[in-house]
Amino acid sequence: MPRLTKDETHPVRFTLNGRPVSVRAYPRALLTDALRHEIGATGTHVGCEHGVCGACTVQVDGEPARACLMLARQAEGCEIRTVEGLNNKDALSPLQEAFREHFALQCGFCTAGILMSLDALFSPQPDAEEDAIREALSGHLCRCTGYAPIVQAALAARNRIKGGPIDA
Amino acid sequence: MKPAPFDLVAANDMSEALEALHQGGTEARVIAGGQSLVPMLNMRLASPTTLVDITRIPELSRIEANTDRINIGAAVRQSTLERWPDLADRLPLVHAALPWVAHTQLRNRGTICGSVAHADPSAELPLCLIALGGTVTLRRRRKTREVAARDFFQGMMSTDLAPGEMIVSVSFPARKSSTGYAFREVARRHGDFAIVACAATARPDGTATLTVGGVADTPRTLELPADRADLDDRLNEFAWHLQARDDLHATARYRRDLVRKLGRETLKEALPCRD
Amino acid sequence: MKDTVSEKLLGQSALRVEDPALLSGRGRYIDDLPVAAGTLALAFVRSPHGHAAIRSVDTAEAAQATGVVAVITGEDVAARTRSMTVGVKADVECWPMAVDRVRYVGEPVAMIVATDRYLAEDAADLVVVDYAMLDAVVEPVAALAADAPVLHTSLGSNLINERRFRYGDPEAEFDAAPHRIGIDVTYPRSACTPIETYGVIASYEPGEDAYDVTSNFQGPFSIHAVVARSLNVPGNRLRLRTPPDSGGSFGIKQGVFPYMILAAIAARIAGAPVKWIEDRLEHLSASVSATNRQTRIEAAVTADGRITALDWDQIEDCGAHLRAPEPATLYRMHGNMTGAYDIPNMAIRNRVVLTNKTPTGLNRGFGGPQIYFALERLMDTIARHLGLDRLEVIRRNLIPAEAFPYRTASGALYDSGDYVAALDRAVEEGGLAELYARRDKARAAGRRYGIGFACVVEPSVSNMGYITTVLTPEERAKAGPKNGAQATSTISIDPLGSVTVKVASVPQGQGHRTVLAQVVADKFGLPIDTVRVLADVDTMRDAWSIASGNYASRFAPAVAGATEIAAARLRDKLAKVAASQLNIAPDDVIFEAGRIGAAGNSDNSLSFARAAATAHWSPGTLPEGVDQTMRETVYWTPPELEAPTAEDGVNSSLCHGFIFDFCGIEIDPETAEPRIDRYVTMHDCGRILHPAMVDGQVRGGFAQAVGAAFLEEYAYGPDGSFRSGTLADYLLPTVMEVPDPVILHHETLSPFTPLGAKGVGEGNCMSTPVCIANAVADALAPEGDAPEIVLPVTAAKLAPLIFGDEPAPQEPVSETKTEDTAGGRKLTGEGRAVVQASREDVWRMLLDPATLDAIIPGSHGVRKVGETRFEADVTLGVGPVRGRYKADIDLSDLDPPNAVTLSGQAVGALGTGGGQGRITLTDTEDGTEIAYRYEAQIGGKVASVGGRLLDGAAKVVIGEFFRALARHCGGGASSGALARLRSLVDRVIKGGRS
Repeated sequence: MPRLTKDETHPVRFTLNGRPVSVRAYPRALLTDALRHEIGATGTHVGCEHGVCGACTVQVDGEPARACLMLARQAEGCEIRTVEGLNNKDALSPLQEAFREHFALQCGFCTAGILMSLDALFSPQPDAEEDAIREALSGHLCRCTGYAPIVQAALAARNRIKGGPIDA
Repeated sequence: MKPAPFDLVAANDMSEALEALHQGGTEARVIAGGQSLVPMLNMRLASPTTLVDITRIPELSRIEANTDRINIGAAVRQSTLERWPDLADRLPLVHAALPWVAHTQLRNRGTICGSVAHADPSAELPLCLIALGGTVTLRRRRKTREVAARDFFQGMMSTDLAPGEMIVSVSFPARKSSTGYAFREVARRHGDFAIVACAATARPDGTATLTVGGVADTPRTLELPADRADLDDRLNEFAWHLQARDDLHATARYRRDLVRKLGRETLKEALPCRD
Repeated sequence: MKDTVSEKLLGQSALRVEDPALLSGRGRYIDDLPVAAGTLALAFVRSPHGHAAIRSVDTAEAAQATGVVAVITGEDVAARTRSMTVGVKADVECWPMAVDRVRYVGEPVAMIVATDRYLAEDAADLVVVDYAMLDAVVEPVAALAADAPVLHTSLGSNLINERRFRYGDPEAEFDAAPHRIGIDVTYPRSACTPIETYGVIASYEPGEDAYDVTSNFQGPFSIHAVVARSLNVPGNRLRLRTPPDSGGSFGIKQGVFPYMILAAIAARIAGAPVKWIEDRLEHLSASVSATNRQTRIEAAVTADGRITALDWDQIEDCGAHLRAPEPATLYRMHGNMTGAYDIPNMAIRNRVVLTNKTPTGLNRGFGGPQIYFALERLMDTIARHLGLDRLEVIRRNLIPAEAFPYRTASGALYDSGDYVAALDRAVEEGGLAELYARRDKARAAGRRYGIGFACVVEPSVSNMGYITTVLTPEERAKAGPKNGAQATSTISIDPLGSVTVKVASVPQGQGHRTVLAQVVADKFGLPIDTVRVLADVDTMRDAWSIASGNYASRFAPAVAGATEIAAARLRDKLAKVAASQLNIAPDDVIFEAGRIGAAGNSDNSLSFARAAATAHWSPGTLPEGVDQTMRETVYWTPPELEAPTAEDGVNSSLCHGFIFDFCGIEIDPETAEPRIDRYVTMHDCGRILHPAMVDGQVRGGFAQAVGAAFLEEYAYGPDGSFRSGTLADYLLPTVMEVPDPVILHHETLSPFTPLGAKGVGEGNCMSTPVCIANAVADALAPEGDAPEIVLPVTAAKLAPLIFGDEPAPQEPVSETKTEDTAGGRKLTGEGRAVVQASREDVWRMLLDPATLDAIIPGSHGVRKVGETRFEADVTLGVGPVRGRYKADIDLSDLDPPNAVTLSGQAVGALGTGGGQGRITLTDTEDGTEIAYRYEAQIGGKVASVGGRLLDGAAKVVIGEFFRALARHCGGGASSGALARLRSLVDRVIKGGRS
């Protein structure tokens, strides 16, 4: 039986933004800590470590999920996508661009998680209704913007994405 | 806010999982989606010495639809059930309740059975399981048993689950013809645990049930006769007997108010859906 | 030099220079920064109690734990530091870590330095603190009672400061006025709760006795002096740096400073750099919150609704310690206590009290929510009392436009405004008539709908001397005057002619870098992306002063203003340099499109870079009177910010914006949930430098205010237990709860700031809570007296008001009750069970350690330590929430074999529990009936983070005990009887009838 003992690190392998990565982690290590402090992917932020704030939201096999509520080991074999994977080289994606144009971020700390949820929403549903956008956003806390600019940015991004390929 | 140390068993099949649970006894816990458990680990409210990850056991990831029952395996995520094409038709109550379970991002990992095992008195899925008269199938090393949902939930976060035992599936009775179902909830914010959640079923013979979560230590059911002349009185008695308590989010009195008012509305909604 | 430069960037919503990095995961927040190899992690042991004496702190086991480098107690810290400065004259010490007493849940008691955070937290669980519980006091009025528990014995009471103020002749006006109208207001605690928590990285160099601290601190940098003093080093031995990005603050990150001291000491003791990132539980219980306040406010009012005098009595609750800069929350508004109204006479009594709650500090709105809630609820009350239109009462009292600059009764100098015009525009453009129509229609249909108003003067750019108003004029004279609001800005030009701006403004998301690039690019006629701005601070390298930082909405008026001045000076110099090369007079030089040239002759010009680089490459060619320094540092302070006068007049802020809000709120008839139907907010923030950012500040403040109005509360039990310990208990509004307000602007430029701008960051935190409360009052009581509105306005609070008396049950219900007491949250209940054993047998078992061991849930052994005393080691809990406890059990009031009282106290990592149960035994046909009544109290960590589940969980544990007792007693019974017994016990335990 594959028992990972508590006092040792064990290898965990997954793909991060399309690239295979391997880290060693204790069984209790959270995915957030593995991403940020072992791999150095600090774009994913930690706000509450109990699943409420949404800042740490990443995509696990295409679906948004809280990285703070996942043990690193639970990512074994998964495709993990984080905010660092949204850019197209040095250029912003249409979603990121829309956030910039609508001033949908201030401090930017919650933004990575929000982008990952919206990106996951628009992938299968490029014509998501405003209700669906709000539903997706309701799992995120933003303390700066009052949310309205985020909704506007999401609507603008949706319309742009609908018009062309997502990563254009 | 980091978990205390534990061994992690990534079980490949049921026998590995059951063996690990047997060895761990009261100090072992099952982890599936982890959406209830990991916050408690992070806060060190829970410090099990062994966690048994069951999400890679293929047979636990199945939704089995029979003629009259829908069996949902212990690793089936809430979002998987949400996207199951037959959900609205076969389990209209669960279909109505699932969007109220936390947020998309949590339903993507959280499992149906995990919510049942956690037995939060305000949670929607235990409420649905009781309202529909569902069952919980439990397994330990040498024994499998099926327990009625109303017997499984024993109190606040307290269930009939024995040491070394795990939920392998829950079973919801499928929609019956000419039966109406409705779900309503009031929470502080969208996605929060319910202050009061109501599930109503209205049977063809005119009788109905109202099951209420968020008030007593477990979801509780009120049986209603076809004659509803004294409905308000019955709701009031029911509201009082749930022994509501004050907490940070609502007063006992407000909970009773909601049982009376939201309960009535939920029943009203279920009745016309009977065809 | 001609002033023909087309200033086209300022006033535009330029794209933010901050955003590409932030949107791509390349921000550099504190937890993202690289640290030195060997940097250790820090974790805290914190008080689970609101008030207790520390008998001992046993660190032995923790010190031996894996990875641990040091375990540090309050005494270790005190031995290496000085008490932190307290802002009032009082005999009280203020330590960053508890020494001999804890005074709030979450107070640091010890810290662990270890190789990683996980191991540090493991070791923290091994520190054993022996507490002697003390009575707690959490309400400010109760804290003033003669018999109240005293937090700081050296102080003798909980009143740490009291001052009375008198402006004009308030007594005469109250005597003369036909109406004296007053209200009592309770303003609760909330906090701005940024999504990024505190963070500190600290190191110590013993060779220089110097500390190097990096923290997401936000200022004011007067705190640098507090930290250096506490660390016992000169200012130049405390290098304080801030990371380039900060994940929101809204004031709160001022409060990180005690942790700077602690991390610095930890680094010194551990002999290595340490890093601490606060977690959310730590943040909620022990960062800082806003103050809660109890206020009595009265007005002398003429028959037509004119207010001629105000009388304030404020009791400010600053929590367990008066930390710098408190009691600033109480005094920041001192100059503008008359709000937007022309009221010449005023009396104020201010009392500052200490209670067993989290210390307070900066929070967006800082003092504004508390006073405007009182003042604007009073305006509403006056209109109701006199039967006048509420808007008309506001209008009759507004300061007229021709009165500006206007000196208030308490000494503020309002810079500019036309309040009546702004209000009239808001009524018109915000559609008040339509809103009235909506209200009338809703009411006609039997729905509950109300409209509320609020007028607010939003102060910005604090006078660093306002806090000295807490001292008497004599004490101030002795201490020397304090005043001003220094803002700094440095602009330099490098050898390639590119422009860099450095300010000590420490933004937390406000886009400072973008706005300053606009200011400077305009001045130099450059494209915005050629100007680079740094806004983070290094106190060893940068120009800074005590007012530096990001608070009091000072950026646009002060920092952008200082930058404007620095840019103008450098432009003057460049004009002279260019003039000499272009052979024209400096007055004829223009800056445009990246070139410096002759006005009216576009052929005669040179590139900005070339002219600007001259001083670097060929200083010898500079014209006479122009030195070679291509760097300009400006320290700006406005002359209007004078020290408080001998009469206690104080111009507490430089700028005074104006806000007029109105809103419509409907209360759901079925669920009593309030909902904002429409919200209109009119702002005069002076000149708008960046419209989208200004609206962003308005929306952000509004959203936080919506949270304060409906959701957020720092809740404490009477024992000082903290109830809002997670984000599932302290509820921040989501996208679903925050509507988009209608935002309007009416600009009157400030004559006191270089750019005419005023602050705008905090206004809605001041205006929106009371505007909502006024609307709720209107919905509940359209006429006559309104019920008291205490935030947060929840459906549970509204339910009795709209549903009326509750129908009683037909037969009384035996209840499991809970009540809040000074000893903790008390749960009472009762039950009974019938067992197949004789009374004598049951009795014997209750006194037998072996039986107790068998029936106490999760017992690991019971020892008899006296005739009726036992010690047990137990694992208690529900579901996965289990913890190991040491329990003392005492049997008393023995009446063998009929009755006994069983009391227990349990202490463990998850908290404390105590209970008492009276057990009575009576004979029945089947055996013996065991009846029990119990009281249980639970506190500590579980109470903070599991409040919602606590009572039910306690019930389960108590139930388990008696179930086990029944099972044990009925051990010999047949299976049928056993099953019957079990079902009986279960039914009793569940209180079930269904």
